[in-house]
Amino acid sequence: MDLTHELTSTVAKSFGLFYLIALSVGITVYAYWPSLGKRFEKAANSILDDEDGPCR
Amino acid sequence: MMERLTGAERQIALMICVVMAIVGLVMAAAGHGDPMGSHGAIVLIAAGITTLFVLRAIGEPEPAEDRTVNYYDDPTKAGLVIALFWAVVGMGMGVWVAAQLAWPDLRFDAAWSSFGRIRPVHTSGVIFGFGGNALIATSYHVMQRTSRARLAGHVSPWFVLLGFNLFCIVAASGYLMGVTQSKEYAEPEWYADIWLVIVWVTYFVLYIRTLARRNEPHIYVANWYYLAFILVMAMLHIVNNLAVPASFTAAKSYSAFSGVQDAMTQWWYGHNAVAFFLTAGFLGMLYYFLPKRAERPIYSYRLSILSFWGIVFFYIWVGSHHLHYTALPQWVQTLGMTFSVMLLVPSWASAGNALMTLNGAWHKVRDDATLRFMMVAAVFYGLSTFEGSFMAVRAVNSLSHYTDWTVGHVHAGAMGWVALITFGSIYSVVPLLWKRETMYSWKLVEWHFWLALAGTVIYVFAMWNSGIIQGLMWRTYTDSGTLAYSFTDTLVAMHPYYVARACGGALFLTGAILAAYNVYMTIRHAPEKRPERDYPTSSKAAEPAVPAAE
Repeated sequence: MDLTHELTSTVAKSFGLFYLIALSVGITVYAYWPSLGKRFEKAANSILDDEDGPCR
Repeated sequence: MMERLTGAERQIALMICVVMAIVGLVMAAAGHGDPMGSHGAIVLIAAGITTLFVLRAIGEPEPAEDRTVNYYDDPTKAGLVIALFWAVVGMGMGVWVAAQLAWPDLRFDAAWSSFGRIRPVHTSGVIFGFGGNALIATSYHVMQRTSRARLAGHVSPWFVLLGFNLFCIVAASGYLMGVTQSKEYAEPEWYADIWLVIVWVTYFVLYIRTLARRNEPHIYVANWYYLAFILVMAMLHIVNNLAVPASFTAAKSYSAFSGVQDAMTQWWYGHNAVAFFLTAGFLGMLYYFLPKRAERPIYSYRLSILSFWGIVFFYIWVGSHHLHYTALPQWVQTLGMTFSVMLLVPSWASAGNALMTLNGAWHKVRDDATLRFMMVAAVFYGLSTFEGSFMAVRAVNSLSHYTDWTVGHVHAGAMGWVALITFGSIYSVVPLLWKRETMYSWKLVEWHFWLALAGTVIYVFAMWNSGIIQGLMWRTYTDSGTLAYSFTDTLVAMHPYYVARACGGALFLTGAILAAYNVYMTIRHAPEKRPERDYPTSSKAAEPAVPAAE
């Protein structure tokens, strides 16, 4: 199979489109998954007090 | 510097130095009579100096500190000082280049000082020397704090930092000797490129190993940006620098790509160097140091996740907007243009997230120049990403491309965003790392802020004017259908703006020199901060450097 202009542009217009849509849906679902809210909030606050040294 | 390494670690460091010295010797001998030979000598000298540092420590007693209770900050400290050195060198070169454009006699008729040679010294000096060292140093700081874990290893952080600087020195000295593979921001030749791959893979492994030791369930978003920076830069660097050396004993090589493929690969690299070196890495800095300095968590952590993936997956497609109206297929140009416009959404989400974080802390922005550096950086990030999306539109690009407008756009990003967020981060982290109460002089920080802001605004406005005049003159036709202006006419019209640009750059450089002085004086003379503890500490390292009795 030759790597022609036709083939690459078809792949870009079909597969490329759908994988980017699937990716953005997946990321949005992850970012707004309700039960992860506490974990994100904890992470956001964790950097405010981190100078007391490592745990390991 | 090396005192905190154990005996075994010092031996490993010494072995690496010896291997490097042998490599340098072989390069010097094999490449005799070619710039590669001079580079061999540079590698040999660098290995020799590092060996002296290691040998001075090798007979010292083993470190007494308890490694489990402290972060390992020595490489961070060294990296920050080196970054400031490169800032002064790289920006100084920039002012000289700008002055040469206004007053060509300032070349002084030497081969090494021609525009084509010192311009890459400026670009590599500020991007890789200043930006790269600041990224490596702050990433060491941030990965340890956000993971609540000490660096995974004590030799590899030094190897990455010093190895990267060896690459920078080989690159800069090569440009002056005329070594280049003519790819913008990827000028160094094949042996320097191979060396950078070794350093960069070590950096990636170090980062992953430190994260693997983390004591937090979630990896804080700043680390995602730093990791994207490291991983994607490795990918870009390897692909774009695929080349066949003409000879293994000389610097010259030929790219594996040719024609429009070469151009596309180069700008896929070139624009993603902007994306993942000059944006993703510095967004990592922003997401850590801005909330930290404002003492408020990031406005929306969820938005930061969305914008991260948006930036990563849109940016990788935009490179072809550098090749509008070329032999590149039209649909690839349109693809790059479309993704550039879409990129505005995650970019503004990041800039907005940073500014919203400051709601409730605006009084701190007013009083604290360090936080103001970061605030203005976020504003310039928003401005230059808007401008970038706009300029990628084909119709706008037909006016802006090949003109000084592009140069102005790049500097709005590099000075207004990248340098300001870096200086803000440096000012917030230096007193902490050297255990000082504050910076040596807050007045100098204020001076630096206003010099940097004034320099950036003068620079960007000068280049907007110059670029648009230049673009319009190029496309003005007479009634008989011939070009109205000769090329020399455009140069005469641009001259006043070139003078203004050199002045703006000089103000910015002055600010960077003040920063270097202020950091030096903080390290040497600022009063030490005594840790306030009402209990005995178990570690010697946590005690003040000088016991109270002495």
